[in-house]
Amino acid sequence: MGVKGGARRFFEAWPPLTLLALAWIAAMVIVAFGADLLAPYPFTALDLRARLLPPVFMGGKWAHALGSDELGRDVLSRLIMSIRLSLLIAFFGTIIAAAFGTAMGFVAAHFRGRTEALILMLIDFQASMPFLIIALAVLAFFGNNLALFVMLMGLNSWERYARIARGLTLSANEQGYAAAVRQLGASNMRVYGLHVLPNIASTLIVSMTITFPETILLESGLSFLGLGVQPPLTSLGNMVGYGREYLTRAPWIMLSPAAVIVLSTLSISIVGDWLRDRLDPTLR
Amino acid sequence: MLRYLAGRLLRAILTIFLVITFAFFVLHLSGDPAMMILSADAPPESIKAFRAAWGLDRPLWVQYLSYIVHALQGDLGNSMRDGRPALQLVLERVPATLAITVPAFLLKLVIGIPAGIYAALHRNSLADRLTMMVSVAGFTVPSFVLALVLVLVFSVQLGWLPSAGSDKPASAILPIVTLGVAGAAILARFTRSAMLEVLGQPYIRAASAKGLQWRTVVVHHALPNAAIPTTTIVGFMVGTLIAGAVVVESVFAWPGIGRLLVSSVSNRDLAVVQVILLLVAATMVTSNIIVDFVYGWLDPRLRRGGPRGR
Amino acid sequence: MTALLEVSNLARTYDVRRGRWPFAKPATLHAVDGVSFALPAGRTLGLVGESGCGKTTTAKLVLGLVPLSAGEVRVGGETLPAANSPGWRALRRRMQMVYQDPLGALDRRLSVGRQVMEPLEIHGLGSAAERHEKALAMLDAVGLAQHHFDRFPHELSGGQRQRIVLARALILDPQLLVCDEPISALDVSIQAQVVNLLLALQQRLGLAYLFISHDLRMVRQVSHEVAVMYLGRIVEQGDPDRLFAAPAHPYTQALVSAIPTHTRSRKRRIVLPGEPPNPVDRPAGCAFHPRCPHAVERCRIETPALRTLADGRRAACHLAEQIA
Repeated sequence: MGVKGGARRFFEAWPPLTLLALAWIAAMVIVAFGADLLAPYPFTALDLRARLLPPVFMGGKWAHALGSDELGRDVLSRLIMSIRLSLLIAFFGTIIAAAFGTAMGFVAAHFRGRTEALILMLIDFQASMPFLIIALAVLAFFGNNLALFVMLMGLNSWERYARIARGLTLSANEQGYAAAVRQLGASNMRVYGLHVLPNIASTLIVSMTITFPETILLESGLSFLGLGVQPPLTSLGNMVGYGREYLTRAPWIMLSPAAVIVLSTLSISIVGDWLRDRLDPTLR
Repeated sequence: MLRYLAGRLLRAILTIFLVITFAFFVLHLSGDPAMMILSADAPPESIKAFRAAWGLDRPLWVQYLSYIVHALQGDLGNSMRDGRPALQLVLERVPATLAITVPAFLLKLVIGIPAGIYAALHRNSLADRLTMMVSVAGFTVPSFVLALVLVLVFSVQLGWLPSAGSDKPASAILPIVTLGVAGAAILARFTRSAMLEVLGQPYIRAASAKGLQWRTVVVHHALPNAAIPTTTIVGFMVGTLIAGAVVVESVFAWPGIGRLLVSSVSNRDLAVVQVILLLVAATMVTSNIIVDFVYGWLDPRLRRGGPRGR
Repeated sequence: MTALLEVSNLARTYDVRRGRWPFAKPATLHAVDGVSFALPAGRTLGLVGESGCGKTTTAKLVLGLVPLSAGEVRVGGETLPAANSPGWRALRRRMQMVYQDPLGALDRRLSVGRQVMEPLEIHGLGSAAERHEKALAMLDAVGLAQHHFDRFPHELSGGQRQRIVLARALILDPQLLVCDEPISALDVSIQAQVVNLLLALQQRLGLAYLFISHDLRMVRQVSHEVAVMYLGRIVEQGDPDRLFAAPAHPYTQALVSAIPTHTRSRKRRIVLPGEPPNPVDRPAGCAFHPRCPHAVERCRIETPALRTLADGRRAACHLAEQIA
């Protein structure tokens, strides 16, 4: 028994894949926070003598560990800054979507009648159009600035939270604990804040682990097309966009941000699945 | 049943109307199109002339009404860039987009659904795990990354396939594969969970306990029931036949609607963007109705008519 | 002496639509239509009837959870304030509700002890320590042990959960408890325990109960007075023993005859024809006449009023004297 049994139990509670995913996410968060300290060069620093250098594992030098791009800028530094920006955008976008969506769901379930019908119509509208198209339309009409862009990301998938919040609140209200507590004389703030929200929190968190990667993909897609994050700011998507022209000569410019995108979305999905299984096994 | 469809139709028209209004008001809230097209330091007379030519100097509600009236007549404005009717411009590009999205859609169905069914039937086997791992790639790998990797491998390194353009029939292969593979992965995962859900139901156990051959149970009981939620996803994919290739078309320089949308957004050519928006909405709404119709036919609970489900 | 609870001519209607939009036709659903009764302090009024007869809606109207379409509710001589107003909230301390589904009525994330304390928190009564003390005392009063305080709802049995719901309802020292099918969801052996608890508490605390159920035997056991409802109206009301021994209204007769007994009764079971009608399609005149074995022409035209019979009971039937 002893060590071996203990190790097996440890890995049952924490499957190795999940551990790896969590490790990656932790690494990304550290990079995002410590970007200024970690980046070896300023990400806009040009060095025309060091253009298109390959990364270390393809014959390059440690001075530019992941290579350099067409203007001599260090890929590693740009990557680090891009991670920070992309993660920040995705994070705020997800929080905005969750907060807005949940609030709408509460409002719909609380007031019912025409308010609910209106909100349901908005939910249907959002669910029936691919969000990329809506985003493109808004960007066409309003042009591009970062604040607007983040708000736009915040509109991605709000309808999912609204549906969940509304459904769970309705069942709590009808014959459930929300009705009981209200009947005891509780104010609405108390009912929603102390009772309903904690009960739906786990479902919402699982949804956030689905929305977060989607937002990363959306932002990187738009940035790749040149319509998202604009230079001189750099995000994972627009690094891939710039790297595309040098695909033949210097594929590393595009491959490292692409790899980071894939690994990050993969990790969050894995953690999301694990969370869902842990938080409520009856949720499938 | 008829009543149910009539209700859905009405709702569909309402959605399209909502989209038109949304497009119009967002357009006018966002700033002066004249200044945007002509650039801010154009002389005021040309801005005025531009405005008059496009009717932008009339009151907002007049513009809205005239927009609606024209829209109903099929006149949806002209491209501010090259002056041609926007609708025509957009419709010209539809065949090119369909040329890649339709084969991709078929690819998704042919690969995705059988893979998902097989994985569900052989749960936890090697094939299942493999399918699941590959399918995870479907929604974690962005389409542009997949596209560029495929280009890197097949065009640059191996030189088998062209990497861009639309002159040769072979140049359609990579776009179709990119779209198809990603969609097949998503469809496989979804089909698998729908099948698993159905297979876990008591009536499946009852059917095989009755002594029916497993194959019969699967074909006659499991598959038709699993088809119902799968139809929703397939319907959504049909709806994205027009809109789903935006990024892929850009990567491969394929002259379809997606690319037109991206360039119109960059150029702020608002009439074209509006038309594309409407077209996408119309397609989604139509496919939703078709899905509802198929639902009504597939799900015997709905075929009887009367109040839906519940 | 004013009764604790007086309701007169309570009515609640809903506007519904039949058919699907845009082919919908408006119609009116009379959930409750002219219900009046008085409940003195410390007594139990049992309300019985089939599903859909309006019992639960009546309970909600009494508590002010659903707005009145007509009529009046007076508690201790004063009219009920509007729902969710401060006056209404203050009144929660005098009247509370016990539910059919104790698991649904409890928040599964909080310990039961915290939930029993919660009414005191909401109304700002006592310090944290005092609340804790009172909650423990309530647990004791409903027959639960101290260690149950930190348990969660899903860790308790159905009967224990219902006791928690009771404890929570009683911690504010209310005078009136509305019990909506409080024992239907429990095992039969537990039902008796909970009923005994309710009776004991009534003795000790002088509680008045509005006891709603479709279980006639239970109602007979606990009630001082019984009212039978059909399609939103009271059709018979009176002393339980007399009502069950010799029902005056044909509907009550059918209900009573359906009670399973272990002796072979000389009276045969009365089986009512047809289905319980849709509350939206109420028959004209006496609502019961399409299913009544004794119906005459007058029953189709004139709605019978609830009138007092010779022995003090009240029944809404034109032919009450003849049938009894």
